[in-house]
Amino acid sequence: MLCCICKEKEAKVHLTQIVGDKMQKVDLCEGCAAQKGVNDPAGFSLADLLLGLGASQEMEQASGGELRCPTCGFTQADFKKAGRLGCSECYHTFSEGLEGLLKTMHKGTKHIGKVPHTQQQARELSEKLKSLQKKLDKAVADENFEQAAQMRDEIKQTREKISDLSTS
Amino acid sequence: MNIHEFLATPSEAARREGPHAKIVMSSRVRLARNVKGAAFPGWAKKAERIKTLEVIRPAVEALPQMSDSFSEKMDNLTLLDKNILVERHLISREHAAKNAGSGLVVNRDETLCVMINEEDHLRVQALRPGLQLKQAWQAIDGVDSRLEKRLDYAFSPELGYLTACPTNLGTGIRVSAMLHLPGLVLHEQINQIIQAVNKLGLAVRGLYGEGTEALGNVFQVSNQMTLGEAELDIVERLNKVVLQIMEHEENARGTLLEKKPKTVYNHIGRAYGILANAHSISSKETMNLLSLMRLGVDLVLFPDLDRALVDELFVVTQPNHLQKRYSDKLTAEERDLLRADMLRERLRGVSRPRPKPVAAGSTEKSGS
Repeated sequence: MLCCICKEKEAKVHLTQIVGDKMQKVDLCEGCAAQKGVNDPAGFSLADLLLGLGASQEMEQASGGELRCPTCGFTQADFKKAGRLGCSECYHTFSEGLEGLLKTMHKGTKHIGKVPHTQQQARELSEKLKSLQKKLDKAVADENFEQAAQMRDEIKQTREKISDLSTS
Repeated sequence: MNIHEFLATPSEAARREGPHAKIVMSSRVRLARNVKGAAFPGWAKKAERIKTLEVIRPAVEALPQMSDSFSEKMDNLTLLDKNILVERHLISREHAAKNAGSGLVVNRDETLCVMINEEDHLRVQALRPGLQLKQAWQAIDGVDSRLEKRLDYAFSPELGYLTACPTNLGTGIRVSAMLHLPGLVLHEQINQIIQAVNKLGLAVRGLYGEGTEALGNVFQVSNQMTLGEAELDIVERLNKVVLQIMEHEENARGTLLEKKPKTVYNHIGRAYGILANAHSISSKETMNLLSLMRLGVDLVLFPDLDRALVDELFVVTQPNHLQKRYSDKLTAEERDLLRADMLRERLRGVSRPRPKPVAAGSTEKSGS
């Protein structure tokens, strides 16, 4: 078996990490293992290692070629080298390749926790808008025009609030 | 005012008290944040980094929590200043390597420290002595909520706060506690503990964080996963694990004293012997021996030694603190001599350890 980093030398270090119900395996030669700090079990995390490894491979497979972030010009080759992304838009650009990586790295793939206040308001307002729209449709279908007029006014107000948020 | 005039002296800093300070040296919560529309610091060109710094620094300085603070660009600090900040655990080694386009803002009591343009645009840290993870989280949550009013954070409803490294994505939180675990090391249980903690998805690192050695039996325990779990859940989970490790450490100390008391007293007595009498000593040996003296204080073998003095010596015997005090042109050998001189001087008033612990309230009797 060849080392999965340099793909040249025989792999002599075999690692398995189980986090939750996910298992990850890595096979390394002695040189690459030392370089990645694998001989120090205290400071080592498979996720850190996979970061420069699995992610870029997955990105390549997902994109079928060289992908470049339109905002900052960052490529998957840069990610392989740095293990970090170029800008916040990169998460959108490389989303397909990153998905698998995030699964191995984190508890989930969807954010749970704090949300910036303005985002929270925007989220609530857009949900309110959707429900108002539904009520409006129903009122129109039922020919309840009094209610429809009321919904129309509320929709207008909510839209104004949303546009206030984005301009402030 | 320069950074050295601003910071508390190591002696003042070592006297900050917190709960469970015997085992938990300090608690820290940090948040990674980035602003929309700018490349991450590692990818941005210098001009762009300077521009982001100019947007972020005033916002951080305007925080009420920063009303009395030290704020500086990294290129205005000398390498020695930066390394001192690392030895004080206020900035990371990565941040110490930064220059133009990066900055630092730290408040007067050193409970809030913001690194600007480290790996992310913002690394906000709340620091507390002892075990105070929840308090640190509450403090940093408040700071973050104020900052978001002035800064437009890069955030996605799906992925949370967007960070340069996907390992910090989501909450961007790292909760960590610095633990002194000589009992588990002496009892050779530390590797078991590290493995058990790793299985819970938590990381155990050395004294200066990522990729560093556990000098002086000091370990940092922190969360690794940041996406898919709410901040408070992470804080509470880590708090629970720290309490368990504390219990294991106490048990290890108890077992050692019961089964191999002579081994423990031997280690501590020798540590004292070397530290109080050496004429040349390395930083690494100093840390490891100070750790044993700290254990000796906990076991009441040194009735006239304060834990704060040991903690102060942990800091002032570090290479950069020695260079600051004497000269920045010292070789390693010269530092070893000066370090030994300092230790002999500071430990002169400390009498040698008792052959066995002094029970509380029986100080007079044990002298006879």
